[in-house]
Amino acid sequence: MAATKKKTPETAPWQWTIHEAADQLRQKKISSVELTQAHFERIRAVDSSVKAFLTLLEDSALAEARNADEKIAKGGNLSPLTGIPLGIKDVVVTKGIRTTAGSRFLEHFIPPYDATVMTKLRSSGAVFLGKLNMDEFAMGSSTENSAYGPTHNPWDLTRVPGGSSGGSSACVAAGEAMGSLGSDTGGSIRQPAALTNTVGLKPTYGRVSRFGLIAFASSLDQIGPFARDARDCAYLLETIAGYDPHDSTSVNVPVPNYAAELTGDIKDMKIGLPKEYFVDGAEPGVTKAVEEAIAVYKKLGAKFVDISLPHTKYGLPCYYIIAPAEASANLSRYDGIKYGLSLHETAKDLEDVYKSTRAEGFGPEVRRRIMIGAYALSSGYYDAFYKRAQQVRTLIKKDFDDAFGKCDIILTPTSPTTAFKIGDRTSDPYSMYLADLFTIPANLAGICGISIPGGFSEGLPVGVQLLGNTFAESDILRAADAFERVTDFHTQMADLSASAVKPKRKKSS
Amino acid sequence: MELTRDEVMRIAQLARIKLTEEEVTSLASQLSNILGHIAAMQEVDTSGVPISASILPVTNVMREDAAEPSLPIDEALANTPEREDNFARVKAVLE
Repeated sequence: MAATKKKTPETAPWQWTIHEAADQLRQKKISSVELTQAHFERIRAVDSSVKAFLTLLEDSALAEARNADEKIAKGGNLSPLTGIPLGIKDVVVTKGIRTTAGSRFLEHFIPPYDATVMTKLRSSGAVFLGKLNMDEFAMGSSTENSAYGPTHNPWDLTRVPGGSSGGSSACVAAGEAMGSLGSDTGGSIRQPAALTNTVGLKPTYGRVSRFGLIAFASSLDQIGPFARDARDCAYLLETIAGYDPHDSTSVNVPVPNYAAELTGDIKDMKIGLPKEYFVDGAEPGVTKAVEEAIAVYKKLGAKFVDISLPHTKYGLPCYYIIAPAEASANLSRYDGIKYGLSLHETAKDLEDVYKSTRAEGFGPEVRRRIMIGAYALSSGYYDAFYKRAQQVRTLIKKDFDDAFGKCDIILTPTSPTTAFKIGDRTSDPYSMYLADLFTIPANLAGICGISIPGGFSEGLPVGVQLLGNTFAESDILRAADAFERVTDFHTQMADLSASAVKPKRKKSS
Repeated sequence: MELTRDEVMRIAQLARIKLTEEEVTSLASQLSNILGHIAAMQEVDTSGVPISASILPVTNVMREDAAEPSLPIDEALANTPEREDNFARVKAVLE
């Protein structure tokens, strides 16, 4: 399962990276329709075991692929994403296409508009294969909180693919889509990427519009890409990033040409190692892979500096006040009146419509978080919980401000463990929260982060997290790409028995 | 940190979620456990530390007060469970 050095000369289209496919499309060696059909065949072959998709869009995808083929035939200025089959986390609203957020509440919800990221991807000519499974309202680290059943990790179907964007990570890992969008509130892109050997990037808060992202915790949520290498992530990010008048928290900072910044040169880049992330708690196999990644970066000419992020251990408690507090306010919109599930026919009065619909519509974890949030915001507890958490957030942000005075990027493990077994952590909610120990501080500080394939422990992928300062996505992407140029972890794909083709991609570049 | 059943019922009322007797019992223990972990935050010295409601350096983003077409009413109400004319219909608030 783990990395062997053998390279196969021939690979199936579903194993290609986006930039490999973009080349093939331009050279007319394959059409977008063929590429799209190859992905639906792959989905038919493996998704009954992976269960990444909640909704498939075969008819509209093939129509989009035909349009892309016409664009390609005309030539001219094409996006790298023209004709590329993608999957979208079911928390991003899609006009006319059911969007559930993994919740029973929105089982029949058909959004009347597209999220800004969808509008941008549509104009790039991308092809949408379907909507992807997730923990309900993005609350969870395993997809086990989905009302539609868990997604399975392609590397070991008895294990979780991470979460909340587990469908987004699994579909890319299994070759069911070339890239995908997820959302990251406390690690929901980076942690699933780490558990599935994919690359997942959480942009700086404000880098990508949240218009049309079903809200969980508005001061933390960001949409970001999953792909099989840093270059593909760069293409996806530069397409979806940018100021949006529909989102007052999107920031008007120019979007760089991220792919052009992938020079491979990270000589003298200063990488900070925060001592608080290298203490007890991480699995030995994770620690070993991260140490080996550090050695790779040393060979590439990077300079390492020891740093301290002293408030790290307060990240988790701080997050579990702020995120539920915001969630309790955001999710008050699910009232059985405006849209979504409603028990109005059986309820005895208006109050009962609210209370019985919310009891029926929300799963156990969402209820827990709404109640924690309502408690933290309630009279008499506000100062002790919510206000204090916002002060701790300031201290965590200051930790990173100080650290980025000494280094360019920060390297840590993405998650303390590799993929855990389905069912292992569901009985103790707090044990599930620990999966995001290393990813949460970046959301609180608003900085960007990426998880890249860093090796394997007992056959399961290990992710290495690179954190960058605000709007320094170019730095972490360049460091990720430089690592990929001298390693082949990211080229390994899971060996799904349902597949007839040996699932090993050739090394790109 | 131990939440009583009464406190759980008070929070459920704030959150407008109907709970069964068994759910009140299990939530009392689950929420107490989570709040116990969160209590670690109380040891941080926060005196004089300003709050961060957001990490963005921007406040009060305004747009021009210009009239623009909005979502057509039929589209906006397409998902509404009970509709009457151009409104979402609710049960009587005052009898």
